[in-house]
Amino acid sequence: MFEILSHYGISLLIGQYPQGPLGGIALTLLMSIAALLLAFPVAIGIALARMSPIAALRRSSAIYVYFVRGVPLLLLIFWAYFMLPLVTGFNAPASVTVVCALVIYEGAYLGESIRGALAALPVGQVEAARSLGLGYWSTLRRVVLPQALYNCLPSIMNQFILIVKNTSLAYIIGAHEATFSANQINAQLLTRPFEVYMILAAIYFAICFSLSRLSHGIERRIAAKRSGHVTAIPSAEPHIASVTS
Amino acid sequence: MIEFTHVRKWYGHYQALDDVTERVGQGEVVVVCGPSGSGKSTLIRTINRLEAIQAGTITVDGTDVNNRQINVNKLRSRIGFVFQQFNLFPHLSVQENIALAPVNVLHRDRREASSRALELLDKVGLAHKAQAYPAQLSGGQQQRVAIARALAMDPPVMLFDEPTSALDPEMVGEVLQVMKQLAKDGMTMVCVTHEMGFAREVADRVWFMADGQVLERADPTSFFQSPVHPRAQKFVADIRSP
Amino acid sequence: MVFTSQTFEILTERHTQWLFAKALLTTVELFITSGVVAFLLGSALAVLRLFGRTGSFLVSGFVEYHRNVPIIVQILVWYFGVPQIFPAQWQDWTNDHLGGFFFAVVALSLNAAAYISEDLRSGFRAVPNGQMEAGQALGMSYLQTMRLVLMPQAIRAALPALVNQSLSLFKSTSLAMAIGVGELMYIALQIDGETYATFAAFLVPTIFYLVCTLALMFFGAWLQRRGTARVLRAR
Repeated sequence: MFEILSHYGISLLIGQYPQGPLGGIALTLLMSIAALLLAFPVAIGIALARMSPIAALRRSSAIYVYFVRGVPLLLLIFWAYFMLPLVTGFNAPASVTVVCALVIYEGAYLGESIRGALAALPVGQVEAARSLGLGYWSTLRRVVLPQALYNCLPSIMNQFILIVKNTSLAYIIGAHEATFSANQINAQLLTRPFEVYMILAAIYFAICFSLSRLSHGIERRIAAKRSGHVTAIPSAEPHIASVTS
Repeated sequence: MIEFTHVRKWYGHYQALDDVTERVGQGEVVVVCGPSGSGKSTLIRTINRLEAIQAGTITVDGTDVNNRQINVNKLRSRIGFVFQQFNLFPHLSVQENIALAPVNVLHRDRREASSRALELLDKVGLAHKAQAYPAQLSGGQQQRVAIARALAMDPPVMLFDEPTSALDPEMVGEVLQVMKQLAKDGMTMVCVTHEMGFAREVADRVWFMADGQVLERADPTSFFQSPVHPRAQKFVADIRSP
Repeated sequence: MVFTSQTFEILTERHTQWLFAKALLTTVELFITSGVVAFLLGSALAVLRLFGRTGSFLVSGFVEYHRNVPIIVQILVWYFGVPQIFPAQWQDWTNDHLGGFFFAVVALSLNAAAYISEDLRSGFRAVPNGQMEAGQALGMSYLQTMRLVLMPQAIRAALPALVNQSLSLFKSTSLAMAIGVGELMYIALQIDGETYATFAAFLVPTIFYLVCTLALMFFGAWLQRRGTARVLRAR
């Protein structure tokens, strides 16, 4: 197994770079970070829309969330793959397409986490802010969001771990991330698929496991800091942590 | 200053306020008391529109509180409200808690607001806690900060919704002290409270409420010595011999 | 991909309809097979966890592996990797008899079992401590009490999480397309490849998935209502 690593380690790490576009684990992480950052404003928007006093916003955001949660991620990726060139007019690389699909996907899931954190904030906070004369947006910016986002940090980290796992689907439409690189290596070696794919599994395991340890650490720190006041939103029960689909 | 005219409020089928008509004059200190469920907290929360009413009018300084046309934020910035649960903002320091609204609502200069915050903290005896966070303060300290936070907006009227009910007994005194000083300085105050000693000392009038109605209004001495309404008599008797 | 009246014409062809019907059937087969195996295995794992440090450690390892590795990678490990390490005599039989469907079910059910065992574990923790003692005090054995008293309560407490998990499992059947299983996504791609009616080809699985997940959600809500109603009526 170590010969595979020493021989093909670089291509697993960064793909064909610099003889080609960036790939491998580097691309996996790049796509994941991009997806999380871009999904954030979308998720906050969806969360606010779900709790909005305007019925039209509430209903349309609810439909959006139910739709995204009702279809597999792979289907969303294929939709993005076919629709993006039509909507934008040019052919985006596969990795960009997958990031777009993930932003739509996470807009719903992350949005639900944020909505939970918003709902868990004691109503007295909003009452106190409004009683002082702070308007809707001021209350949101200065009192509600700082607290809610901090409290759902473990949940956000959890979603990031899911994003990292979900990028593995990108190889199906040709993005050169870690799984794609592993497939290429397997295609070259042919006789040692078990070792190749176990190495791939180990890589994902290492990344995701460390991230989840980090998330637990953050969760503990938040609980300690806020002891008594607003408690941290737990980093999601297993069913939310499950599955790329 | 504050006028209630035939105010009625329902929660679904339950009537919380039943034809309340009262006045609070400028500089007056009114204590609202009564058994639990009488509607005292509901009444005080309608003044700054934390609760809506279904019938009647409430005016503060001439402005109709429930008029949809008015800027409700501007109205609320002119009414100070102190909560039973303090509701300090845990992610901000004490000084930041007090300066937040003056900067963002009254658009005061940040430095000016900060120094005013320190002044107010000094007034409530907590200048040394300016950089502390709410979680590090005792209940009594938090409530005093909450009072300072409300005062920072320079409101002409202050409302207190059971400000000492969530405090351990030994901390009640320090908060009442601040409130008494405010009353002596001439602030118009409406306080929902069980602290009858406070009422006797600084209140100009006591309103006794039960079942959503104001059943009796009198000056504290008369009320506590010889209440007129039978419900009030029972209430005063119950307080005297717990 | 042009939107004309011809875009949806392929949907009226019996051949296409038959292909989609078969694909839906395959998806449902994948789901039910994996689901049943996963639930049984997950329950066993949840109980196994209670058997001392080794049991707990082994189950933890199993769960952590399946939680931190993407499902598609798990599928690839099973389909491409595992047959390679079978002894040579088995490999021929494997190649002839075990196809993508088998390995997809294995991968999906093991993955789901890991999550189900965690859901049940949380459900167990929600059951009051005294229940095991009460059962044993009545003379029931450990396993009897577990089966008759604790598991039913644990399952009821874990129901929301389990419903969610079944939703996830249903959606992850789509990943079986990567190893050639003829479920909805695979067929949609095939039809798109043949007819270029991309929009219609992918609209069908979209609607299927939405309808099925909605049905699962309603079923889950109904189960929960039944569960709580019985408890309340008993009082």
